[in-house]
Amino acid sequence: MRSFLRYLLPSCAVILLGGGAVWAATDGFRAFTEEGARRLHVAEHRPGIPELILEDMNGGKLTLGGQSQKSGKITLVEFIYTTCPTICQTAGSEYAGLRDRLSEAGLGDRVRLLSVSFDPLLDTPQQMREYAKNHDAEGAIWTVARIRPQDLGLMKRGFRLRVIPDGMGGYQHNAAIHLIDRAGRLSGIFNTDDVNGVMGAVRGRL
Amino acid sequence: MSPVRIILSIGLLGGCVLFRHSIEADPVTHVLIQLPLLAISGHLFVSGLGGHKLRITEPVANAFSLVAVFAILFWMLPRYIDAALVNPVAELAKFVSIPIFIGGTLATGWAKSNPFLRGFLKANAISMLGVLAFLYIQAPVRICNSYLVADQERLGFAFLISAFGLAIAWSIPLFAPPPKEMKNSKFLMRKTAR
Repeated sequence: MRSFLRYLLPSCAVILLGGGAVWAATDGFRAFTEEGARRLHVAEHRPGIPELILEDMNGGKLTLGGQSQKSGKITLVEFIYTTCPTICQTAGSEYAGLRDRLSEAGLGDRVRLLSVSFDPLLDTPQQMREYAKNHDAEGAIWTVARIRPQDLGLMKRGFRLRVIPDGMGGYQHNAAIHLIDRAGRLSGIFNTDDVNGVMGAVRGRL
Repeated sequence: MSPVRIILSIGLLGGCVLFRHSIEADPVTHVLIQLPLLAISGHLFVSGLGGHKLRITEPVANAFSLVAVFAILFWMLPRYIDAALVNPVAELAKFVSIPIFIGGTLATGWAKSNPFLRGFLKANAISMLGVLAFLYIQAPVRICNSYLVADQERLGFAFLISAFGLAIAWSIPLFAPPPKEMKNSKFLMRKTAR
């Protein structure tokens, strides 16, 4: 019996250490992907994001994050490029559904929805108005805006976005709804179809 | 000491580092070519230094093989494949840890590990590749933020082919005439009773 234990001892030590390492590397078996790790980090640490200046579809100036938002509204942000043929279009109609749910719940004046383009060169205000029209973004609760080209890197780092060319002139990118609370901190990331999750989080942060 | 192996090893590692951008542009070559080559490089280096002749006991050899298993598990996490592409620390960790903790440990310990453990790990490697293949082909979400969904699917099929390849490669010896020591009918008894 004792020799059997002695036989197993080195292996057991490696299993314990190795298991512990994998446990730590996945935040306790909770985050196996970069996207999972990003969402977990945001939910647990509510990182601040740098102040970003955006141009909306009517040419007006908007600010996002930093000090600009203190004691303001909750902001929901999704990142798009308007020439996207697939996921941004679906996300657009899901966003419209979310806007309607927020209005029905009487939260329309306490939450703003932004679709932010990370492709400022192609997404001119006219192009953004077209996207808004197609998805019924009326400009009051939900508006479409683009980042200034010089702030693109800052925005990607702040939100830990990964945008990669898809080889057909478009991009693949994190499709998600980002919740910025009234203190200007990024405090939740949700799937674009997770309306109930977003509604719950909005109520919780008001 | 085998200078040829050591030179080959360094050449392989150097090639992996030098051509990393083109190899890593495609997840199939990144995961199924570069990572195994890094392990082979470590294996060649350690066996070139005579590590495979190191006199270690079977329990220690088992532990060495298990270190490799956990290192493989770690580098199969999509999170760290992504990290190795954008984070220089993770990138360095990849080029250092895979040769040492997968190649080096297997060169030292694998052949001396318990044959049942080896068989168990081989069977698990095949089934793990099968599960990964299913996951990468069927996943409704992007698993790696650095790679396109279509590439993710190709990687899934490549995992499937690798699983079949390993299954075939590891079954062939079962049909070959048994080595001398296996003819001793007490061999398996002796191994398990220890």
